[in-house]
Amino acid sequence: MTSVGADPHPPLLYPDYRSTRKRAPSRPLADLRPTLTELTGPVLGDRPVAESDADLTIQHDGEPQGQRIVVHGRVRESGGRAVPDTLVEIWQCNAAGRYRHVADQHPAPLDPNFTGVGRCITDEEGRFRFITIQPGAYPWGNHPNAWRPAHIHFSVFGRAFTQRLVTQMYFPGDPLFAYDPIFNSVPDPAARELLVCRFDLEQTQPDWALAYAFDIVLRETPFA
Amino acid sequence: MSLPETPSQTVGPFFSIGLTWEDGARVVPEGAEGALWLHGRILDGEGTPIPDAVVETWQADPHGHLDAPGFRGFGRGPTDEDGRWRVLTLKPGPVGDQAPHVDLAIFARGLLRQVLTRLYFPDETERNAADPVLSSLDADARATLVAQHSDDGYALDIHLQGPHATAFFAF
Repeated sequence: MTSVGADPHPPLLYPDYRSTRKRAPSRPLADLRPTLTELTGPVLGDRPVAESDADLTIQHDGEPQGQRIVVHGRVRESGGRAVPDTLVEIWQCNAAGRYRHVADQHPAPLDPNFTGVGRCITDEEGRFRFITIQPGAYPWGNHPNAWRPAHIHFSVFGRAFTQRLVTQMYFPGDPLFAYDPIFNSVPDPAARELLVCRFDLEQTQPDWALAYAFDIVLRETPFA
Repeated sequence: MSLPETPSQTVGPFFSIGLTWEDGARVVPEGAEGALWLHGRILDGEGTPIPDAVVETWQADPHGHLDAPGFRGFGRGPTDEDGRWRVLTLKPGPVGDQAPHVDLAIFARGLLRQVLTRLYFPDETERNAADPVLSSLDADARATLVAQHSDDGYALDIHLQGPHATAFFAF
């Protein structure tokens, strides 16, 4: 178990992830006693969200290629309190490992039926649910023969600006974990496991889609 | 109950497909009374502009109220190919004993977690001098948070590293 109160986050400078070398802040971080500005945050539960925003398989005329999956979970604070009415945003590559982004030059096919972007608002128990397709692994230029393990990017707001979390959800048993500096930038191996979703047979839809559960825990609402 | 917190991971190079809103950079609509642009560049340790970053802003309304009804208070300004971010908003009022300020969180490829800083206003000399957060910094760090006047609002460059490195806060 991760010890309570320990900082679970990666260091900003993690040289194995090459891009941190010129981008990690060089000045030591200053202390900030949170003020009202840090203890409040945007309430985005009324962002325009359509039903199709949470189903990445129905955003085009045809169905995307790949393994259909359900990804669901809860957003809570470390004290256990649910975070309802909060915006959850996800983005990912397609089944072949390619993002619909101009800068992604990986020579894998784009899928005309897959954008790879979803959003939803959590319900009163902090729950979210997406339908999407299993993303592929893909190569990147970090080091020779570098490949990212399959992942889905998650963005969550919480109640306070300093609770804001952007992370990546990985899939169980990925053989690329050992070689991925982004995954391994999280210092505590037990905390790394929190980024790996759990196969969920109960929510798996017979004859239709596998399900995975991914719970997100934000730091406790800070107090001044 | 104490649940272990989910660790942060970088937004990576392709976040703009997922984190870009059509109205993200406009906290208020264009033409709103008092609307001004906060803008600047984000630069890496070699002084190279960062084209794959996004600045998120959070602030009080002109009366110093956070979470004020009718004012989103939140902006999301992705950088362009020249590393420039911009957010259209209103100048916040003072919050309690704090000078008017805007919290800035920067996300980018190469940042394993967002970094947090603040923008202060150059025309608030007295309030800035009394601001408890600014006062907690040495003069050199303090200067990195104060924006400059520009034609259409206020400009603040963010240097992740180097001689002009911006002061960021632990949170």
